[in-house]
Amino acid sequence: MKHIVVALLVFFGASFSPSAQELKSGSLTLIDPWARATVTGQGSGAAYLTIRNDGGTDRIVSASAPVSNVVELHTHTVEGGVMRMRQVDAIDVTGGTTTQLKPGGLHIMLIGLKAPLKAGDSFPLTLRFEKAGEVKLDVKIRPVTSESHSHKK
Amino acid sequence: MKAGKPENAPSLPKRRWIAGAGAALLLATTGCRPAKPAFASIDITGAGYARKVDEVDASGTPRRLADYGGRVVLVFFGFAQCPDVCPTALARQAQVMQLLASDADRVQVIFISVDPERDSDDILRAYTAGFDPRFTGWRFDLATTARLAREFKVFFSKVPLKDSALEYTIDHTALTFVFDVRGQIRLAVRHEQTPESVASDLKQLLDER
Repeated sequence: MKHIVVALLVFFGASFSPSAQELKSGSLTLIDPWARATVTGQGSGAAYLTIRNDGGTDRIVSASAPVSNVVELHTHTVEGGVMRMRQVDAIDVTGGTTTQLKPGGLHIMLIGLKAPLKAGDSFPLTLRFEKAGEVKLDVKIRPVTSESHSHKK
Repeated sequence: MKAGKPENAPSLPKRRWIAGAGAALLLATTGCRPAKPAFASIDITGAGYARKVDEVDASGTPRRLADYGGRVVLVFFGFAQCPDVCPTALARQAQVMQLLASDADRVQVIFISVDPERDSDDILRAYTAGFDPRFTGWRFDLATTARLAREFKVFFSKVPLKDSALEYTIDHTALTFVFDVRGQIRLAVRHEQTPESVASDLKQLLDER
């Protein structure tokens, strides 16, 4: 019985863990970098994260990762139900605010995946900030059916 | 009725009575009609568009929504190289299937490629199966794809991305269209809807007889 209780606690503890991965770099806090697993036939993927900036305005000017040939910065706009994806030169991280990269919005695009991204794996992603310089993250790959609308938080 | 009334028109009290009876009858019939179902998705029941799919695909195989009679059918227009929107939509659709459990046997998800030049049959098959092995992908020649998009009022446009390694992207409408078990168009699911809201809407449609 005790084992079951412990097992349940560990299980629920892991599921509802309040401490999503956080990395501090100067005045930046980079929270919960993740990517959706990709399926065969999908040449590109996307990575997302939340960036809290407690200092002066900065911007992501480039990114790189070993999992794909090219890494670019992209965003989406929606007009009348039509989704348009466009490359952006930089992702602004305004001072004193939190910037969210998430499905349907800003994202790090991984173009030319060398292999499908597998759920449960992780990969290094280096973001280069104009002021803060390079920050290396560990991106967790979530299952394909990962909710884009996070009910936890 | 401003000008003088004709000689043989009913008298005023009689007209009032007829109007009153008519109103009462209307109220009675309205009250007796079952309440219109409420959906989380956009209700497009009776729309004069998105009526059907009945075309020969790029490999010469006829593809008809009517082949799935008796099932609730979901149709989404997208492309396999889409890194975010299409995977999100198909992932949600896969979650919906899981939420429906055994009811999912009566649901069919169809992905129509708006990028038939890049999405080969093999790519489409692997792509849709990656989300759920029950999903199916269709690709047609460009003219047929354009015709289908027009029928569904789906906008799509190939946009060159001059500085990107991706070369081009495809702007497209991200709605999912839902047909009921009788093959009638019923709903347009918005991209941002949760799996729970979609599963709930599909359950309502499945429960209709």
